[in-house]
Amino acid sequence: MKRYSVFAVAREALRYHTGWERAWRSPEPKRHYDVVIVGAGGHGLATAYYLGKNFGITNVAIIEKGWLGGGNTGRNTTIIRSNYLQDPSAAIYEKARSLYETMSQDLNYNVMFSPRGVIMLAQTEHEIRGYKRTAHANQQQGVQTEWISPERVKEIVPIINLDGPRYPVLGGLYQERGGTARHDAVAWGYARACSDMGMDIIQKCEVTGVRTENGRTVGVDTTKGPIDCDKIGMIVAGNASVLSEMAGFRLPMESVALQAMVSEPIKPCMDVVVMANTVHGYMSQSDKGEMVIGGGTDGFNNYTQRGSFHHIEETVRALVETFPMVSRLKMLRQWGGIVDVTGDRSPIISKTPVQNCFINCGWGTGGFKSIPGSGWAMAELMATGHSPLTEEFTINRFKEGKFIDESVAAGVAH
Amino acid sequence: MLILECPYCGVKAEETELAAGGEAHLKRFGPGSSDDEFHDYLFMRENPKGVHFERWRHANGCGKWFHAARCTMTLEVFGTYTAQTSVPTQEIIDKIAAKRPGWTWREFADEK
Ligand SMILES: Cc1cc2nc3c(=O)[nH]c(=O)nc-3n(C[C@H](O)[C@H](O)[C@H](O)COP(=O)(O)OP(=O)(O)OC[C@H]3O[C@@H](n4cnc5c(N)ncnc54)[C@H](O)[C@@H]3O)c2cc1C
Ligand SMILES: [Zn+2]
Repeated sequence: MKRYSVFAVAREALRYHTGWERAWRSPEPKRHYDVVIVGAGGHGLATAYYLGKNFGITNVAIIEKGWLGGGNTGRNTTIIRSNYLQDPSAAIYEKARSLYETMSQDLNYNVMFSPRGVIMLAQTEHEIRGYKRTAHANQQQGVQTEWISPERVKEIVPIINLDGPRYPVLGGLYQERGGTARHDAVAWGYARACSDMGMDIIQKCEVTGVRTENGRTVGVDTTKGPIDCDKIGMIVAGNASVLSEMAGFRLPMESVALQAMVSEPIKPCMDVVVMANTVHGYMSQSDKGEMVIGGGTDGFNNYTQRGSFHHIEETVRALVETFPMVSRLKMLRQWGGIVDVTGDRSPIISKTPVQNCFINCGWGTGGFKSIPGSGWAMAELMATGHSPLTEEFTINRFKEGKFIDESVAAGVAH
Repeated sequence: MLILECPYCGVKAEETELAAGGEAHLKRFGPGSSDDEFHDYLFMRENPKGVHFERWRHANGCGKWFHAARCTMTLEVFGTYTAQTSVPTQEIIDKIAAKRPGWTWREFADEK
């Protein structure tokens, strides 16, 4: 792999950019791999990357039914934060956030990580108590967040309306090192590094069956033929229930649509991410100048990758009352992704009833931020059978009553 | 936009009139059941890519709960039926069989 650098840019400029090579290979599948990862989203690619980097396992195929990064990884609003309430969440999300800090250097790929800060607005008495509690919990967990006053919020976000028509801004939970990154670049950067380690990324290839023998994984059936493997990692977000059914077990999960949209590009007006969970909307400004906007999920099971119109209206309404200037903006694009939601709004990173078959899913509305941490932990789990970061995130936690309850803390979780 | 006909008042209700109520025909387990039964009842969910049966409420209308049979891949609605049953009507089952040959769902629970 030729490294990207300022010298490479200069060299290519001198020869009309004819020397850039493809960032990853597109091979035909081999008959056997040590590990097959199903799903080339951020989590699948990161898992493969850390299998290679941390454990030297490189005979790996990553199988993707569409194009890599074309699932939720390429559809999300890229908010990165680690201000969760429960200890296991804080551990894995903060691991991820800290890996984001050096990801561009690690991958030699600019993922445009921008720790511009994230504010979650408190707009009811209940939210004030909730966020103060989270700030205290974060302090214990070593996650840097703070509770800030409405005046401070206004200072950081001059375009905000503190006394909106329905809910005043009463303060906020602020994480200064939270922010955003370029979603596609995260997928592309990992893909390039995986391909460079000799792993095969096989796109436009759907897994249609999971083969087992005596309760053990032996391979997968795909639209490009059967592939044998010793271990499988199913990392397919909204399609997790479909894959688990192929392997013969059920999941405590439902798939629903979540939408987002972007406005026309405007001059820089907000250099922080703001989430308003009571009115159900959040916003940041991309480097191109577009306002990136998201809201809540639809209420019913859906695999269509498009959501309900009235949710768009609800989201925009919420933002107009929080940021009145938004009312003058034209929206450019709107889209949806299918998110995988569990009962306690926490992910499942776990062994399964099928031996050597591992699953990573349930990130729901908020798993972009966790991609590197999740990949790190999942690789450890798959390579060694155990990871301190995944211990609490088992499929069995529901039976044992050991929920990792982020549903109250997260509200709108992104 | 999803439109469901309320089997009680006959109104063709659009999504904002309705509230989604999740998986239909769950068999309730409580005291005396096994851990597995109780766990599955509380947490396990059918999440099919295709034919699905759900509970809905005509929230901003007559207020009543009813059932709907729907495809989660296309948002096609196969039909709606009353809440007082543990199986879909034969008419709906026939319609689904014609449109989605080979479809499956979990066994319909005996709610008695
Ligand atoms: C609108 C929206 C906004 C969001 N905003 C945020 C945010 O601000 N911050 C945040 O942290 N998170 C956010 N999220 C959540 C985040 O996008 C996801 O949690 C995360 O991207 C999941 O990554 P993944 O790799 O698990 O899944 P995906 O990126 O969806 O990848 C799974 C891949 O598996 C493939 N696949 C599925 N079935 C098969 C099969 N049978 N065979 C082969 N391949 C298959 C799919 O094609 C897909 O590419 C948002 C999500 C949406 C939809
Ligand atoms: Zn009605």
